[in-house]
Amino acid sequence: MNLEKKIERLTLLLRIDGELDMHTAHTLRQAIDNEIEKRGIRTVILNLQDVQFVDSSGLGVILGRYKKLLPLGGKLKITNVPPHIYKIMELSGLPKIISFYQDEAHAYEEGRGA
Amino acid sequence: MKSNQITLTFSSIAENVSIARLLIASIGGQLDLSLNDIEELKVAVSEAVSNAIIHGYKSNPNNIVYFNLEITKDSLIIVVRDEGCGISDLEQAMQPAFSTDPERMGLGFVFMQSFMDELQVDSKLEVGTTVTMKKHLKQTPISSH
Repeated sequence: MNLEKKIERLTLLLRIDGELDMHTAHTLRQAIDNEIEKRGIRTVILNLQDVQFVDSSGLGVILGRYKKLLPLGGKLKITNVPPHIYKIMELSGLPKIISFYQDEAHAYEEGRGA
Repeated sequence: MKSNQITLTFSSIAENVSIARLLIASIGGQLDLSLNDIEELKVAVSEAVSNAIIHGYKSNPNNIVYFNLEITKDSLIIVVRDEGCGISDLEQAMQPAFSTDPERMGLGFVFMQSFMDELQVDSKLEVGTTVTMKKHLKQTPISSH
């Protein structure tokens, strides 16, 4: 798994490339938690365009970051989800909890205020 | 499709989950399954193998996971076995959203159940757990060559 990171003020954008399973989940968890704890990041945007695979370990990390950000007044946003990945996410109920956007621009836009 | 059997044994380390997925994807391709079916098989295998490593062996890398594939004329049977701690309450473990770890979603068995035609879990404390999953294969007409 490869992570491309972009930080703009208190927003972390992560473009994830690869497979999200129990092996890579740990790396993703650390990458996000580090930024939340060290830089005070409050909005995390995950671009899943190049994610080839996800299972419950991968979904668990995403849900875990959402739960971590919530009491901090933060937000987790997901963009560019490939259809076969969305199917797995839908079965898990994740889209009922987490906000999905078609692309990064929409994710940045929402919540920025007028 | 000819009958076939493949057995793979590997160390209980996270890196090997993707190897098990590669193998099932490759078999799925040979069986002419749809990309969607292959995707679902990969998730089911990933869940079963991850469970064996995380729960069966409590993430101790010095153990062996047994992965067995059997292709008969009408089904693909996947068996994932560990010789780990076993599951104390199988009924509870198979409930959606039950997890012993708050970071995990407790969806492993839900995915296995959703994506496979049959799922059977046999577990004995301190002996281990065997997950047997079956996918029915469509009968293909006998080819002329």
